[in-house]
Formats: sequence, structure tokens, C-alpha cells
Amino acid sequence: MSLDTAEVRAERAERSGSRAYLSLFKALGRGWIRDRSQIFFTILLPLMFMVLLASVFGSGDTAASRIVAVGDVAVLDGADPDAFTVVEAFDLDEALAMMRDGDADAAVVQDGATVRIYPSATNSTSGAIAEGKLSALVDDVNVEVLSAAAPGEPVLETEVEEADGGALRPIQYLAPGILAWGVAISGVFGAAGTIVDWKRDKLLRRLRLTPASVRTFLGAKVSVNLVVAVGQTAVFLAVAALGFGLQLSAWTWFAVPLVLLGTLAFLAIGVVIGGIAQTSPAAAGLSNLVTMPMAFVSGAFYPLALSPEWVQAISYLSPMRYLNEALQSVVVYGEPPSAVLPQIGFLAAFAAIVALVSWKTFKFDEL
Amino acid sequence: MDAAIEVADLRKTYRGRRTGEIRAVDGVSFRVERGEFFGILGPNGAGKTTTLEIVEGLRKPDSGTVRLLGRSPWPHSPELTGRLGVQLQASAFFEFLTAREQIETFAELYGATKSRAAEMLDLVGLAEHANVRCEKLSGGQQQRLSIACALVGDPELVFLDEPTAALDPQARRNLWDLMRSINAEGRTVVLTTHYMEEAEALCDRVAIMDAGKIRAVGTPAGFVRDLDAPTKVTVAAGQLSGERVRELAAGETVNADETAVVFETRDPRGLLTALASDGALEGLSVRTANLEDVFLHVTGREWRG
Repeated sequence: MSLDTAEVRAERAERSGSRAYLSLFKALGRGWIRDRSQIFFTILLPLMFMVLLASVFGSGDTAASRIVAVGDVAVLDGADPDAFTVVEAFDLDEALAMMRDGDADAAVVQDGATVRIYPSATNSTSGAIAEGKLSALVDDVNVEVLSAAAPGEPVLETEVEEADGGALRPIQYLAPGILAWGVAISGVFGAAGTIVDWKRDKLLRRLRLTPASVRTFLGAKVSVNLVVAVGQTAVFLAVAALGFGLQLSAWTWFAVPLVLLGTLAFLAIGVVIGGIAQTSPAAAGLSNLVTMPMAFVSGAFYPLALSPEWVQAISYLSPMRYLNEALQSVVVYGEPPSAVLPQIGFLAAFAAIVALVSWKTFKFDEL
Repeated sequence: MDAAIEVADLRKTYRGRRTGEIRAVDGVSFRVERGEFFGILGPNGAGKTTTLEIVEGLRKPDSGTVRLLGRSPWPHSPELTGRLGVQLQASAFFEFLTAREQIETFAELYGATKSRAAEMLDLVGLAEHANVRCEKLSGGQQQRLSIACALVGDPELVFLDEPTAALDPQARRNLWDLMRSINAEGRTVVLTTHYMEEAEALCDRVAIMDAGKIRAVGTPAGFVRDLDAPTKVTVAAGQLSGERVRELAAGETVNADETAVVFETRDPRGLLTALASDGALEGLSVRTANLEDVFLHVTGREWRG
């Protein structure tokens, strides 16, 4: 028997280490692809949310307001048919009933020089929009009347330019948020579910007794998750761009490192959950308990600017907020990576702290 | 040459919030020679699995030492784990992989070839199930795949933790043949089991474990011999007169009821000859002492496997 020098042995160990990494990566990747529930959660569910939210938020600001005119409403005669759909009602009670059923956004009664507006309380957002549009219409009519009475008198006019770098359609702010949420659920659910599986099937325990090291195995597992996150991002952005008209900036590629960093942070959260939960349903429940509220306080589904202040305050603690913001900046507004350094810093710090907590509190004996 | 396994004074105590202190392993020492088929026999909860996990290097003992093939299982070293084959109680598989993919992955981890993987699959009788996903295999097939994965690295020392638990009798017999052949190839085998007949059928030596302690170590035959227990000979009642029964018992214990007469004799040959010449062999059964009696003797408790 020949005695190997330390270098020869170290070199061989390194070579067998990378071979072990590759075979583990292959085995785990294959398992992932064959697991239909994973495909559903990481790819299809975020797309479904995009379809749903795009239609919810997309309908409000483009459709004409539905107005019920009670009796003769002269002011509506000059109304732009693109802005108003007018139906007539016999009396106010009939008009109010239509609004209660959600068939109208506002009722209007004109009594001489008084235009009385009844905005819908059933659908208060559409009601408010209709009220604003009707007031503007009344103002326009007044301006016309006054101009005719005093020709030559200058009139103030407003001009509305679309801000936020052009038409910010709902998909532009929805897509980054839903993508951030998708990355979060696949990271949290993935890590938590995996750890609970290991507690049951003892795969990690078995692998500890092979020549491959645990580090190699965990590295392969995290690599699979990172590759999945990149694939998920590519599919999601492609569908958003081609199917929903999302305009991608030139900096869109920087979504990749952002998503990778976000995935590390969410995997760390999943490891903490997996350490606590003992069964798969418990892991799924706890993961939901963490990711759902996080999505709502992070502007993933609903713009943070429109959320109450306490929600905005909590959002500073959520990694999803920073991933969402950073994705929005580079993908939608086309800002360079240097503009999202604070978000990157927070995500990295969050990932590091949670990883440290999970490492310190994890009961390895259970695996 | 070093022994396959040397274990000295292992201790491991678990402290549960509700259960209090449990001494799972309480001063265990034993030695297994190379090529031996060594059994650790005991009821559920005796501490067999914890002992095995400490020996394998999965758990650290509170105190005591372990030497595997002359070296410590701590810290993890590829040189040592490459010489071990392990089958755990839970069938630890990669999810959604077929039997072939499973064993080929393990083969790669041990630096073994694909043909070695195929050979092992064939050895455990799973060649025709190679393309079946692991979760679709039956319990017995999963155990055999698990053993194939343990063997794929051509190990010198094989650990099998209750491989036949929850299997039907036929599947258990098949596994026995497999385990015998593994040992016959010169590998050292350590088996934990709570089946008496399994330990008797397979093991060169057996350690009887109960409540965290090894109560006795020896060969199954030696245990029974040392017990020096009488042989129980039973025949159906009504073939012998009361007087003849007393005569045949010759001062030893005899129990008779409406259905059977049970002799406890130290001269089974003489008794059986006499019964044969009397033509009183209906319902005959002869039961010598077995490991169950040994367990009762060394622990003072009835066996409840």
C-alpha cells in the first residue's frame, strides 16, 4: 500500500468533493423538476396572481364611469362618451337601488343651477372617481358660460402630464411586487418543507455517513434553489412582458443578482420555520403565516404609498419590501444598480442575521 | 489488525421537558471482530438505535470512546465513511428518483461505478424495478434498495438498523438470505433487531440490550447451553395413564391437563424413545430453550418483542 502525501490526498478530496456536488445537484434538481407542486407554487401561482391583480387594478382607471341620470340632467349633454356611460332612471330611489347592486358608480340630479351628485358607497373607489369627473364636467360647463359672458378674460387651464416616466400602467408596479412574493414563497416554503422532509426521511443523516460532506450537500441544495429562482424570474418577466405589456428596462438583467440575494434571505426564514415545524402541514401553515402578511405590508400586491402609515412603518422590517423596491427600480424605472445599494445592503444583512439565528437555534439532532 | 469496532463505556442521557432524564445508553462496551456477524438484540426503546448512531458517528456520546476500523468516527472523515455501509431505520431516499437513479447517486458519492450500482440492484433483486420511483416501491423493496445503497461503496463494515421491521414473513426470510451473503463475502455486519429468531438465525454473537445496558454478550447457542434449561416435550392427553406419566417424568416437572401433557426433561432422548415405544406420539412437540428464555433469565423480564 502506498502512502499518499497530504497534497495528493487534499487534491483527491477536492476532486471527489466537486464530483459529489455535481451528482447531488443532479439528484436534487431532478427531484425538483418531477415535483408538480413545486412547479405550481414557483411558476404558476405567481402568474395566476399577476392575471388576477392586473385585471382588478387594470379595470378601475380605464373604464367609463357609469352615471344614472335622474330626470333631465342638462349638464350631461356635453359629456364625453368615453368618460361617461349614462343611463336614465325614473326617480332617485331607482337610481340608488342600481348603485346598491353595483350597476352604477354615481347618480346625478339637476335642479335648475344645482347639480346634486350621489357617489356610490357600495363601490367607493369608482364612486369617488365618478364624483371627481362629474365635478370637472360641471366646472368645464361653468368656464364655458363665464367665457361667453366675458370674452377676452383669461381663463386658468390645467394640463395633465403622465408622471413616473410615462404611462405607469398597473402591470408596471404589480409585476415586481408579485415576482418578489413568488421568490419569497418558493424560498420560504421550499426550505421549510425540505427540512421537515429530512426530519421524516433522514436523508441528511444518511448522507452524513457517505464520504461526501454535509457542506457539499447543503451547497447543492441551495444551488438548486438559486437556479430555480433565476428560472422563475425569467419565466415570470417574459410572460409579464409578452402577455401583459410590461416594459423592461435595459437594467432588467440586474434582477438576477437581486433575486439570488432575496432567495438566500427567504431560504434562511424557511430554515427557521423548518426547525420549529414537525410536520408538512405545520411547515406550510407557518410559511403562509409569515409570507402572506409580509406580502401585504411590503407593497407586493398593493402600492405601499396607498397603504396606511402603520403598514408603511412595518414594511421597513420586511425583506420583501426591499426586494420589491429594488426590482421595481431596476426593471421598471431603469435605474442603475448603484441606486438600489441600500436595498441590497438590507437584504444581505437580513439574510446574514436570519441565517445566523437559524444556525444557532437549529436542532441538528432532529435531522 | 484492529478490531472492526471497539466501544468502551458509552453513555448518552436525554433530557426532555416532560419526560425528565432518560439514560438511553448507560455504560455500553463491546467489541466486534472483523468478519463477524454481530447482533444487538433488545425490545423497542432498549437503546439499540442510539448506540448504533453513536458508533456510526451520527451522535456524540456524553462520555465513552468508539473506534471503527481503528479510528474515531469523529470528526467526519471521507476515508472512514468510504469503508462503511449504513442502512437506517427510515428509508432515506432522494425524493422523486427511481431506484436506479437513487443507487447511482449513492454510487457517485462513494466513487463507485454505474456497473457496480447495477450489480447491487441485481443482488437485492430489484433489477426489474430499476425504473420505479422509490416512493412506489413496497416496504420490503425499499429496505432492499436501502441495503443496496449501503453496499454500493464495497464497505468493510455494514450497519443494518432493524432492516426487517414491519416486513411480512416471506420478505423477512428473503432479507435474511441477503444478509447472510453479505457476511459470507467477508464483510463485518452489525445488525440491530427486536426479533429473537432473527438474531438466532443470523448472528455469530449477540449482545442482549435492555434499558440502555448490555446485559449479556455471547453466541446464541452458548447462551442457551449456559442456561441449562430443561427441554419441554408435549404430547396430547389421553394416551398415557396417570401412573405411566409419573413413571416417565422420573421425578422431573410434569404438567397435565385435559388437552396435553408437558414434560420438562433433561434427558429428551430417553423420554422420546419411551414415548415412541408406548405409541404415544400424537400431538408431539419438542421445545428447547431459546433466546427468549435467555432474555427472561438475564433481564428478569418477560420478552415482549
